Amino acid sequence: MSLILENIDHVVGGASHISDVNLQLEPGSFNVLLGRTLSGKTTLMRLMAGLDVPTRGRILMDGEDVTGRSVRKRNVSMVYQQFINYPALSVYDNIASPLKLAKVSRAEIDRRVREVAEMLHIEHLLDRLPLELSGGQQQRTAMGRALVKDADVVLFDEPLVNLDYKLREEFRDELRSVFSERNCIAVYATTEPAEAMALGGNTAVLHEGRLLQYGRTEDVYHRPGDILTAEMFSEPPINIVKGIISGSEVTFDQSLHFPINDDLRSLAPGEYRFGVRASHISLKPQAKDDIEVKMTVDLAEISGSETFLHVHNDLFHMTLHLEGVHEFDVDAPVTLYFPTHKVYAFDRQGAVVHIPTHLGGA
Amino acid sequence: MAEITLKSLAHTYLPNPASPEDYAIREMDHVWHQGGAYALLGPSGCGKSTLLNIISGLLEPSSGDVLFDGERVNALPPEERNIAQVFQFPVIYDTMTVYDNLAFPLRNVKTPADKVHERVMEVAEVLELTAQLKRKAKNLTADEKQKVSMGRGLVREDVSAILFDEPLTVIDPQLKWKLRRKLKEIHQRFEITMVYVTHDQLEASTFADKIAVMYEGQVVQFGTPRELFEAPNHTFVGYFIGSPGMNFLEVAIRDGRVMAGKTMLEVGKGVHDAVAGARSTNIKLGIRPEFIEVHIEPVDGAMEATVQHSQDLGTYSIVYLTLGGISLKARIEEDQPTPEGRAWLRFPDDRLGLYVDEYRVEFDHE
Repeated sequence: MSLILENIDHVVGGASHISDVNLQLEPGSFNVLLGRTLSGKTTLMRLMAGLDVPTRGRILMDGEDVTGRSVRKRNVSMVYQQFINYPALSVYDNIASPLKLAKVSRAEIDRRVREVAEMLHIEHLLDRLPLELSGGQQQRTAMGRALVKDADVVLFDEPLVNLDYKLREEFRDELRSVFSERNCIAVYATTEPAEAMALGGNTAVLHEGRLLQYGRTEDVYHRPGDILTAEMFSEPPINIVKGIISGSEVTFDQSLHFPINDDLRSLAPGEYRFGVRASHISLKPQAKDDIEVKMTVDLAEISGSETFLHVHNDLFHMTLHLEGVHEFDVDAPVTLYFPTHKVYAFDRQGAVVHIPTHLGGA
Repeated sequence: MAEITLKSLAHTYLPNPASPEDYAIREMDHVWHQGGAYALLGPSGCGKSTLLNIISGLLEPSSGDVLFDGERVNALPPEERNIAQVFQFPVIYDTMTVYDNLAFPLRNVKTPADKVHERVMEVAEVLELTAQLKRKAKNLTADEKQKVSMGRGLVREDVSAILFDEPLTVIDPQLKWKLRRKLKEIHQRFEITMVYVTHDQLEASTFADKIAVMYEGQVVQFGTPRELFEAPNHTFVGYFIGSPGMNFLEVAIRDGRVMAGKTMLEVGKGVHDAVAGARSTNIKLGIRPEFIEVHIEPVDGAMEATVQHSQDLGTYSIVYLTLGGISLKARIEEDQPTPEGRAWLRFPDDRLGLYVDEYRVEFDHE
């Protein structure tokens, strides 16, 4: 089963929610929709599910036009952010409900409910009511209902937002292994770049209703086609500085000069925007052509095993992504090293014109 | 301003508690020093909300004492404790201006108008709300509303402590770090005892100088963010802090060697002697994914492991490994070669933690 979206527009009350999206999802693929709030993720999923009909364009399932076909006549299931279960039904009956509607035999229902419950580690909770369960267990129940009926397309709309980060880590690992054994198309919406990376598969980056880029998740991350994709697919955000290449020199923000290196030599003289990943700036020199920059600490955000260091000087604000715990006082001075050979370059229209050589170049 | 002491404190919601599991808070002693920036971190159900309610006075503990500057306050209602609270959702009066919202707690206790004005202007300046003072609160953005909420806590000079309960939940991800910085500035400026309750390691480690990690009604570690990462005091802290958390291997001594299941571990004499000396059958070695050395070919003192798969997380990769049937995760930096099929692992002795009955035991690394 493949799913194709062709020239999809969706307009609600005169406002464009989706514009000209083309997307082809292969059978058995795991696909992440990455975008900020209101970027069109939920709208796109509703169109895929048949909950809404697009204003323009076609939706094809296995080559067949299903554009106007309602959700009831498509074999899809959906998991939402909120834990949606039938409160009066046991976990068993919640998971069994789509099969009962489809008039599956009792023996087959029993087999499949138990199989799915085991996969989701809730086999010991089948007799309980949803409200007697923790948030994580309630969401597992909702997922069980989505997975039990062997849908062609399973849609997840930010399903882990209301769970704590340890549960999210575990869920992500499990989800990928659950879907690696299935032939359906999984679509998973998230606002978090790190979640997209952790899920792997393919990623479609959405922004203001438009599809910026679709491809293997690590390719989209390492090789963004334009500056917007690079910005949307980075957390902490990629550092962007304006710069000029003139003959033998590169200048950042009219002040920071360095001799042009082999990496950037192929670029024609002119104005660019340069991007440096937060993880590529360092507190210690990594290479002899690193530039030393003196900055002031805004804040050290510590995530347990990593530190996001926000710094600024008169010219720019930057974020560093450091391994380990680095405690800094607010307003402390800090020296950092800017890697001149790990720089993305974007032209004036925002299209990528250079990718760091260690990531394959461009 | 106050030092908050919890003395032999315990709490149960049951009438006849029989076992330790019946307690939401198991007996504990704890001190929050005057002027400290603290976090109370733990998963849902660990008891942190119960503890918060006991400190604020919404709940009276079943046993033990709560002391503010040495004075017992167990029975004092919240309004007599001079504690300010900031919740997940901003608590403000929508129809009032920002100015009146900030002035409200002071006018409530009949503060003279000139004093009210002075404090409101001072707090508004710190929170960068001066330009919004005349606006109705309902027209503010979520982060501005939450700043007003905080301002209402800060405006009274007699406040003993401010308790924060997941205050950034409703704030846009792109704005969170700015409010985190604001909180740190406020703490430096006002020198008030602040306790920040959260289930999120990033919130806790960024805000606090010291974090109390709660698990099953107990504080299992009270330490700096660095201590929680480098020397977790309990297996739960190792698991809960860091993404992914610490790896643990159940070990025992057989034939004079340190064994994890059927696998002989390559470890130093210090580790061996410590495991041999532990008086328990529950002995684990812990090592963080960051500290496992991963080689793509055999090296001295390395153990051969099978690579299940690896995941490129952009800035680094996590390699999922099995060592004699035990699952491990290791972190590989971007410029390091990623192993395929097989890998050779080394556990640097000084990065190994010894856990006996789930608690860390220090030992001599020889």
